[in-house]
Amino acid sequence: MRRPRIAYITTCLLFFFLLINTPQSVASEAVHEEQAAEAKAFRPGDMIISHIVDAYDWHIADIGHTHITIPLPVILYDEGKWHFFMSGKFEHGHAAYHGFEIAKEGALKGKIVRYAADGTAIRPWDFSVTKNVFAVFISSILLILIFLSVAKAYKKTRKHAPKGFQSVVEPVILFVRDEIALATIGKKNYERFTPYLLTVFFFIFFNNLLGLIPIFPAGANITGNIAVTGVLALFTFGMTLISGNKNYWAHIFNTPGVPWWLKLPLPLMPIIELVGVFTKPFVLMIRLFANITAGHIIILGFISLIFVFGQTSLVAGYGMSVLSVTMSIFMNFLELLVAFIQAYVFTLLSSIFLGMAVEEHEHEEHHEAHH
Amino acid sequence: MELVNPGLGLIFWMIVVFSAVLLILKKFVWPSILQSLKDREQHIEDALHQADVTREEMKKLKLDNEALLKEAKEEREAIMNEARKIREKMLDEARLKANAEADRIVESARVQIENERKAALIDIKNQIAEISIEVAEKILREKLQTPKDHEQYIQRVIDSKQLN
Repeated sequence: MRRPRIAYITTCLLFFFLLINTPQSVASEAVHEEQAAEAKAFRPGDMIISHIVDAYDWHIADIGHTHITIPLPVILYDEGKWHFFMSGKFEHGHAAYHGFEIAKEGALKGKIVRYAADGTAIRPWDFSVTKNVFAVFISSILLILIFLSVAKAYKKTRKHAPKGFQSVVEPVILFVRDEIALATIGKKNYERFTPYLLTVFFFIFFNNLLGLIPIFPAGANITGNIAVTGVLALFTFGMTLISGNKNYWAHIFNTPGVPWWLKLPLPLMPIIELVGVFTKPFVLMIRLFANITAGHIIILGFISLIFVFGQTSLVAGYGMSVLSVTMSIFMNFLELLVAFIQAYVFTLLSSIFLGMAVEEHEHEEHHEAHH
Repeated sequence: MELVNPGLGLIFWMIVVFSAVLLILKKFVWPSILQSLKDREQHIEDALHQADVTREEMKKLKLDNEALLKEAKEEREAIMNEARKIREKMLDEARLKANAEADRIVESARVQIENERKAALIDIKNQIAEISIEVAEKILREKLQTPKDHEQYIQRVIDSKQLN
């Protein structure tokens, strides 16, 4: 999403240029000017949100009045019919196509909808390859290629010291294996889950880093999208359910070590534990989404300051830009750290949840038997 | 609202893509990497263990060597002592034998000397007797030159005989 920032700077500089150079025309048409100013007035909130959320086309830059965008395929299933067309047909959200258009307000804002006769928005089954989907394709292909080459390197070096890029990845792989999987799941089961945890870690870490690069084909806010983090959390959730052993389910429905009246007649503990089963992946989803999005919002906020100040006076805008750029650079470094930390946290929590699912409670039962 | 409203398509594609990534990495990447890491760790551990074992063996070998050396030294000492004892014994025996032999020789020499001395004495006695007789004969011959002297002397001898 940092890509649009450059686009935005370009756009806004041009915007300022136009403002300075066309005072006569603005003055001559008072009413039109008012409307235009309102339309053109810089709204940091809109700008920030539009950079963070998903889109049906990939906006790269604006040069003058020309938008440079990559149109992406729209795939819809509505009332038993499939619709395939490129997102360019929407003309950046200004036009409708086959009755479908991008909602401008309401709960479905930004999504493709079809307005029924009574004006209610109907959402079709939307399998469009959006900007984030496209970005996930690219980053996943890159990720697979990188790791295939690393795996090849391992076959080559065998028992010798790692070389080149392999030695960059190796400490991280060891970190995930030893400090996350082995530490939280235990010696007996950790090998079963290490491949999944490694995949999750590198997927998140890689996409976090790509999200910090402002230039196409990176720059989409992948890990700061709730659908992406939701799917990742769903995988952890699914794995937890599949691998949950007898003790895990016993712990949920018949929690050991609590008084019986917490379970009968009102099953308080089972309800709490069952809710916990769902809150865990929910927390995973929210945490990653919120952290990455927050970081991006802060950086965009600093950039917005330049234009907010620039609207009051040009000098103030230039003055503010020094501070804003400094703060943005600082934030970007912080985000590098966050990219790693959030990948670590997601993997660690997944690992802990999986560890709980396969944990053996022998000592606890033993303890119970004594009472 | 737009921010927390997940796109259906994105969820669908994300499931597809992430499953693909997971499967591909799980099948072609992680096993070989993790196995290699494990092998290498095992290799290093084995090498370290081997080094420890070797070191221990070297230590043992050194101890063994030292013990062997000590034993050899002791044995040498013992052999030397034995030899020394035997030599002394042999010397003593030789000395005793020599002494005895010497004594025997001296004794036999003494006996021989005694015999020689005795023989010499007898010889000397005989010679003295002969010389005495010769002297006596010569004296008598000188004194009894006349028959009268003979008679006188015979008379005297007879007289002395009679006196006895």
